[in-house]
Amino acid sequence: MKPPVWLWIPASGAILVVVLPLLGLLSSVDVGSLWPLLTSEASVTALLLSLRTSLAATALCIVLGAPLALLLARGSWRGQSTLRALVLVPLVLPPVVGGLALLTTFGRRGLIGEHLVAAGLSISYSTTAVVLAQTFVALPFLVLSLEGAVRGLDRRQEEAAATLGASPWRRLTRVTLPLVAPGLLSGSVLAFARALGEFGATLTFAGSAQGRTRTLPLEIYLQREVDPDAAIALSLVLVVLATVIVGSVYARTTRAAA
Amino acid sequence: MRRVLATTTVTALALALAACGSGNDSGDGSTTLHVAAAASLTRPFEQIATAYEKQHRGVQVELQFAGSSDLATQVVNGAQIDVFASADTANMDKVGDAITGDPAIFATNTLTIITEPGNPKKITGLKDLERSDLAVVVCAPQVPCGTATQMLMKRQHVTIDAASEEAQVTDVLTKVTTGEADAGLVYVTDATGAGDAVDTVATKGADQVVNTYPIAPIAGNASPDEAQAFVDHVTGPEGQKVLKAKGFGAP
Repeated sequence: MKPPVWLWIPASGAILVVVLPLLGLLSSVDVGSLWPLLTSEASVTALLLSLRTSLAATALCIVLGAPLALLLARGSWRGQSTLRALVLVPLVLPPVVGGLALLTTFGRRGLIGEHLVAAGLSISYSTTAVVLAQTFVALPFLVLSLEGAVRGLDRRQEEAAATLGASPWRRLTRVTLPLVAPGLLSGSVLAFARALGEFGATLTFAGSAQGRTRTLPLEIYLQREVDPDAAIALSLVLVVLATVIVGSVYARTTRAAA
Repeated sequence: MRRVLATTTVTALALALAACGSGNDSGDGSTTLHVAAAASLTRPFEQIATAYEKQHRGVQVELQFAGSSDLATQVVNGAQIDVFASADTANMDKVGDAITGDPAIFATNTLTIITEPGNPKKITGLKDLERSDLAVVVCAPQVPCGTATQMLMKRQHVTIDAASEEAQVTDVLTKVTTGEADAGLVYVTDATGAGDAVDTVATKGADQVVNTYPIAPIAGNASPDEAQAFVDHVTGPEGQKVLKAKGFGAP
């Protein structure tokens, strides 16, 4: 069934809102100086730090988030919906608020940070702080995607495995997880993309030091002060990365759905 | 259903367009003067603008504060700005031909070390900031206060391994007031503004590294006479008195 044709009128407005700013960014890229700007020491350091921390954050999201997603999708317990709502909060929180929340928890005067400092474990200004901030904002993406995938499963295969005497662990690793692998993959890729773009919480919580906490978005923010061309060149890298990542996930899911 | 949807869409579009078209003319013959000033000027300029409005009936001063380089970019891109006050000469130079005449230097600022109240880490001067047991936060070299910090360190032969280099001087201040950092280098005016929330430490050589604040009317603005009058007010005795009270140095 086709939707009414006139929907294209407001829809093209929506497309313009998204695409025009990207075109604007593209149009101001100075092609001649692009390569030297992208390969400067500061840019490369920031890009490598971003990739490293985002990978670590994604790994953390999988290790911690996947079990939670399974429990949320399959369990039936008190407080389940409250917990789901809580896990999704970082998704709608303004970044700087996320940063303040992390600061008041893990900062040197924070709820937990105070005791960490006393134990000689200060995470302020460290790469660990960056990974923590990225995990905080990326976790909901993984939990949401995976929980949705598990809920959408046909349960008969798992039930068959159960009748055949498979233990819960065996059912999980041999039946459920292989079936939701696409959901886990797209969730991980989205979490990675979100971690890569993380800015506000990192700036507020981890600070900005080259090679340690200054990720690509923070480098862009700083470069803008002195060299807008360099900031635009680096922004292009993030736009291309984001497009490739989101594109690859949705190409997969739409193919799977078709 | 279809009709309802169509009406909703049209109404939403109309509302969006109406919201875009907010006018800048007050329509009753009064003038609105758009002043863009560096973030560090927030306190004195608010006071100066209020006094100016009292003396100039029919003039509304609309203040906008941000990092000098942000404002310079806006001026270059033709934003509606009548007067631009920068925290350094580099950003005033950046706007180039967009100003009328030569910019007037109206204030100066120097750096100072700040610590937590009571100075618990017993920091006595710049040399102490090299200590490895301290978390010291400074401005990034890319922004005016960071350029000044670099110059101060070089002249005093001090190398600080900063825990973080912030893009805004106010972020350095916050890191110290929240206890995230043991010490930081900020402008004297920031320390003055923070009051009891920080202690200052005598900073040798800081008086040799002076940041100058230029102000200028923007060329082609709607009310050149008012813009010039505001600049004169800032550089005049009344404006200078307010700036001095907030910790700024004389030009």
